[in-house]
Amino acid sequence: MAESRTKTIRTDTLARVEGEGAMHVRIESGRVTEVELRIYEPPRFFEAFLRGRDFSEAIDITSRICGICPVAYQMSAVTAMESLCGVEVSGPVRELRRLLYCGEWIESHALHIFMLHAPDFLGFDSVVAMARDYPQVVADALVLKKAGNEIMRVVGGREIHPVNMRVGGVHRAPSKRELSTLVPGLERAREIALAAVPLTAGLDFPDYEQDVELVALAEPGRYPIDRGVTIVSSAGLEITPPEYPEHFVESHVPWSHALHSQHIGSGNYLVGPLARFATAYDELTALAREAAAGVGLRPPERNPFRSIVVRAVELVHAVDEALSLIAAYEEPDAPAVAVEPRAGVGHGVSEAPRGLLYHRYEIDADGTILDATIIPPTSQNQSVIEADLRAVVESSLDLGDDELGRRCEQTIRNYDPCISCATHFLKLDVQRC
Amino acid sequence: MSPAPRRRPKLAVWKFASCDGCQLSLLDCEDELLALAGEVEIAYFPEASSATVRGPYDLSLVEGSITTADDRERILRVRSTSRRLVTIGACATAGGIQALRNFADIDDFVSLVYAQPQYIETLATSTPISAHVAVDFELHGCPIDKYQLLEVIAAQLLGRRPQIASASVCTECKRRGTVCVMVAHGTACLGPVTHAGCGAICPSFNRGCYGCFGPMETPNVGALTRRLREQGEPETAIDRVFHTFNATAEPFASAGSGGG
Repeated sequence: MAESRTKTIRTDTLARVEGEGAMHVRIESGRVTEVELRIYEPPRFFEAFLRGRDFSEAIDITSRICGICPVAYQMSAVTAMESLCGVEVSGPVRELRRLLYCGEWIESHALHIFMLHAPDFLGFDSVVAMARDYPQVVADALVLKKAGNEIMRVVGGREIHPVNMRVGGVHRAPSKRELSTLVPGLERAREIALAAVPLTAGLDFPDYEQDVELVALAEPGRYPIDRGVTIVSSAGLEITPPEYPEHFVESHVPWSHALHSQHIGSGNYLVGPLARFATAYDELTALAREAAAGVGLRPPERNPFRSIVVRAVELVHAVDEALSLIAAYEEPDAPAVAVEPRAGVGHGVSEAPRGLLYHRYEIDADGTILDATIIPPTSQNQSVIEADLRAVVESSLDLGDDELGRRCEQTIRNYDPCISCATHFLKLDVQRC
Repeated sequence: MSPAPRRRPKLAVWKFASCDGCQLSLLDCEDELLALAGEVEIAYFPEASSATVRGPYDLSLVEGSITTADDRERILRVRSTSRRLVTIGACATAGGIQALRNFADIDDFVSLVYAQPQYIETLATSTPISAHVAVDFELHGCPIDKYQLLEVIAAQLLGRRPQIASASVCTECKRRGTVCVMVAHGTACLGPVTHAGCGAICPSFNRGCYGCFGPMETPNVGALTRRLREQGEPETAIDRVFHTFNATAEPFASAGSGGG
């Protein structure tokens, strides 16, 4: 049956990603006919049980969507509630929140670069296996990761699901002395992050470029992390966070528990490190820009495999900025301002390590949540990941099935997908015909 | 003559419905991870490794709750291939926050979140692992504490009982010298009825404990509820605080206006 050369490549459990997913690719006569990123992580229905809860509870409840980026959920939720109630937190309390968020970026990026993604490039199954040949790289990576977690612990109370965020501010503002204990670890982390840029830039990258709209949060004078004034794109989009639902729409496909998000009128778009690096390069600290320039990295970077280098540059930024925030910190007069609920709709957007995270809430005058919508980064990137898989498989058909399967998994990991988040989100299954 | 190389015990980490935070606790042991990997063979841990070693496993750590028909079958296979099985976190020990569906109509939930509900496979309830298979030890917390996790792993591998206190969060406040937020500031706090283990983080941040470690051994929920009412907490707030991360764990499940 020479004419029905159908082939399937499938991975039932995608490893080194956060959450449960699978991949299915079908190849017929040298053409890719089906690509599905299957998110079989069971749905948990956050948007449903948020209804009827108090507006102050969304911070700690939505945090439980993701153990890797809880601060992102807390920050998008708190920003939505505060904007709804006409409050904008500024001064040292905002900077404390941003410091907490830098801690999450450092922890998450270090985890992804060294423990999840680098083993792909270097041919290892895990960081533990990698540690046998690269003991110093792994030891340094753990020091770097720990520096991020220490920020989470000192500012937030603990590394996973920190407890210090509240509507109107924080529960307790740490003292200058408490923050100063973080400095030696962060200074060491900055050296390690700086070394990570040439280290990652020296990896072998498949030739691949994508032409896709890049979308990120923006605020003059600030690299997009904790919040933004506008949402901008490489195609010239510039909208405010409340306008997000008019420009982006989610749809539900049969093979996934994640909803796919599309830019109305233009289709697929990408959020995350490549998008931020393209739209906000000028807001990186001078040290981070120098590190990028040192390896010839310029915006926009269009090869998603090189996102690992961009993440390393963002690591330099996050550590560098964390040190600046600590140096400039003055203890606030009060850790929070009083916030009275009022009926209305609020939008909150922040940049999770893996990309833009949008929250929308409607509450009544008592502060009871009437409606909640959460659009995580991985839902927004899922269509791009599938398009990449299609292109990568079509250009790599000469590879054997095992090799092709590994290449596909590496392609998916370019996006640091967070499947627990996207479920509302993954398995590899390649069929060749 | 040197002794024959010791066979390292095989460790497996399994995920059911959850946020991944509890298994991340293992990767968050930055100072201990490589030493641990020297003592045990990390045989199955998809979040950290694409290599898998076949069972049976000496110790399985199970994160997450049972929410689908497939998972209800999968946990049986996990149990049959595991010598010892330890559940980690509020999802695995009590159904987690997703167990709030147990108090609602699941069809309403599905259609609220998903435009095409027919694509969604889910059970009407989220249940703890112990509702399905025998569990050798339950480690509480949302999330678990990483040092408690290391203690449980060490104890299971040495065949001794883990030294995990079953007293209340109050004992941890006293030990660290935190002033009682309830007595001093009238802040609603679940510390008196909540399982110790976090180190009493929330009161040290001037907020009340919100019960993420679930009920302690023999808690007096009725007395705490009366005290919360006396200091003017609205009934709805009392209901909500007991019914969040460990909503189906008794006696939190029947606390508030539904009971206590």
